[in-house]
Amino acid sequence: MYRGILMRLSQAVPVLLIFSVMVFMLMHLLPGDPAQAIAGPDASPEAVDKIREQLGLNRPLPIQLLEWFSHLAVGNFGESLVLKQTVVSAVIERLPVTLSLSFISLVITLPVGLGLGVVAAYWRNTWIDACVMVTALLGVSLPGFWVGILSVLYFSVTLGWFPPSGYVPLSEGGLWLWFSSLIQPAVVLALFQIGFLARITRSAMLDVLDQDFIRTARAKGVDEWTTISKHAFRNTLIPVVTVLGITLSLLIGGSVVIEQVFALPGIGRLIVQGILARDYPLVQGTMLLFGFAFVVINIIVDIIYTFVDPRVRYG
Amino acid sequence: MADATMSYQPALASGEAIAARRRFRILRKLLHHRSFMVGFVIVLVMVMAALLAPLTGIDPNKMAIRFRFRPPQDAYWFGTDQFGRDLFTRTLYGAQLSLWIGLSVAVLSGVIGAAIGVLSAQFRRLDSLLMRIMDALMAAPAILLAIGLGAALGPQTHSVIIALAVAYIPRTARIVRASALVTRELEFIEAARVAGASSLRIMFRHLLPNATGPLLVQSTFVFAYAILAEAALSFLGIGPPPPAPSWGNIIAEGRSFAVQSWWIMLFPGFAISLAALGMNLLGDGLRDVLDPRLKVEG
Repeated sequence: MYRGILMRLSQAVPVLLIFSVMVFMLMHLLPGDPAQAIAGPDASPEAVDKIREQLGLNRPLPIQLLEWFSHLAVGNFGESLVLKQTVVSAVIERLPVTLSLSFISLVITLPVGLGLGVVAAYWRNTWIDACVMVTALLGVSLPGFWVGILSVLYFSVTLGWFPPSGYVPLSEGGLWLWFSSLIQPAVVLALFQIGFLARITRSAMLDVLDQDFIRTARAKGVDEWTTISKHAFRNTLIPVVTVLGITLSLLIGGSVVIEQVFALPGIGRLIVQGILARDYPLVQGTMLLFGFAFVVINIIVDIIYTFVDPRVRYG
Repeated sequence: MADATMSYQPALASGEAIAARRRFRILRKLLHHRSFMVGFVIVLVMVMAALLAPLTGIDPNKMAIRFRFRPPQDAYWFGTDQFGRDLFTRTLYGAQLSLWIGLSVAVLSGVIGAAIGVLSAQFRRLDSLLMRIMDALMAAPAILLAIGLGAALGPQTHSVIIALAVAYIPRTARIVRASALVTRELEFIEAARVAGASSLRIMFRHLLPNATGPLLVQSTFVFAYAILAEAALSFLGIGPPPPAPSWGNIIAEGRSFAVQSWWIMLFPGFAISLAALGMNLLGDGLRDVLDPRLKVEG
């Protein structure tokens, strides 16, 4: 198994290299002169030259690429033009917000998504199944940012249950304020993942329920609860774990948009504000950190997979 | 004797006839599939709404400050916004924009993804390179990649299309590749190769047609994702620039007035949901009929 993990890790190296080159190219994809774009239309030629010098844009492309890699190698992901701080420190500052949001959202998604899928599969083709599937379908069809705004209008403005926006750190406001600032965006964010997970869990569970070993378990008198929880559900998890990476990816991707709706100062908001302020080094560096984090997450998911399904030796 | 020959005729039916009969059977199954038909009707209504938008006879960007913030009423079915623009007209034109972007993204990512998929299944040496590139594209969440690309290409309709297509190519490529890898181990491919078929012919005459089912299903879901993602990009200010009547734009603009003038952001949101719902239902139906084994839609 360790050989498998090693192999998986060695596969990640070219992926990271290619991803870095792609993010590097993003900056050079820009129509026109990025230095001019950053300086603004009214900047003097000297100011534009200074920015060009600062970003190293006046040097040949291969040299720039090599420089970029040598900086990455020592953990230098660049410096923001607007925030006057390094990308790494800007990201670390905002990481707790995005992690808290994703964590709460995941804690809601997993039991609800899996549960709905199992319930729908167990009572297949009944009204229960129909209700669950319509709910799941709505989850993957409603735009999260719109649901978020409606939710603020109702739960924050009309009922006044939750703050409409903003984030209270755990260290400042304590558990309750932290939680109440995040529960609304977390639920809105979870809707899509719940729909996604419930649909996949249902079809995986339907496959398992048709297997001979389920019939055998029932025939030999295993009670229904044990049949479902021990025999059926565990095997359902195998295909479900493969989409765990996608679920996390959807979750983080969704948080970029949801943070904007609820004015949460997380990484997603950092990227969007960077884009709107034309702070390209910031966008580049943050995208890169995101990508690196995801490659690592996917490796971890693959390793979990070898534990859930011992038949898989290397991914 | 003559009768006996006649009765063998159907068994000797040509390949085209068999294919035609198979297509007919698939069509009949689809017509009897409930969610496919519901999705089909929804999408049809959306397409009609988009095509008939000019019939309202109103310019979607025409401002009439005197009539601003009108709630839904006889003259203004969906009300008017902060500039007095008719929201019903704007929502219809939004359908044009959204469906056009969704269709373009589905077709572009489908064509390029399919090409990459069969190429890497056919040429094993290309495979690891192409798949590492696909992995790299999937390293960041699709929406984030689209945000980065869209921002780099500038806020225009075609940059949104390119950004979203690139973001959804890797998954399509993987699905087509997986299907082609199974097909190429089948005997008839070996027969074709022995008969002297070129790689090109095997790829486009055999591997690709056998991947049509999963490809079509995936492209339908990509259509749905693209509608949602385009709205999100517009909402973030990275979509077609205002005053383009994109659904995401209308919601973003109406957001500041949401407490008093809730109708501004309400109807475009319904439109997005309905369009995505329709495409998802179509995709579910196609999957059930064409490819019952396909489960992962990400």
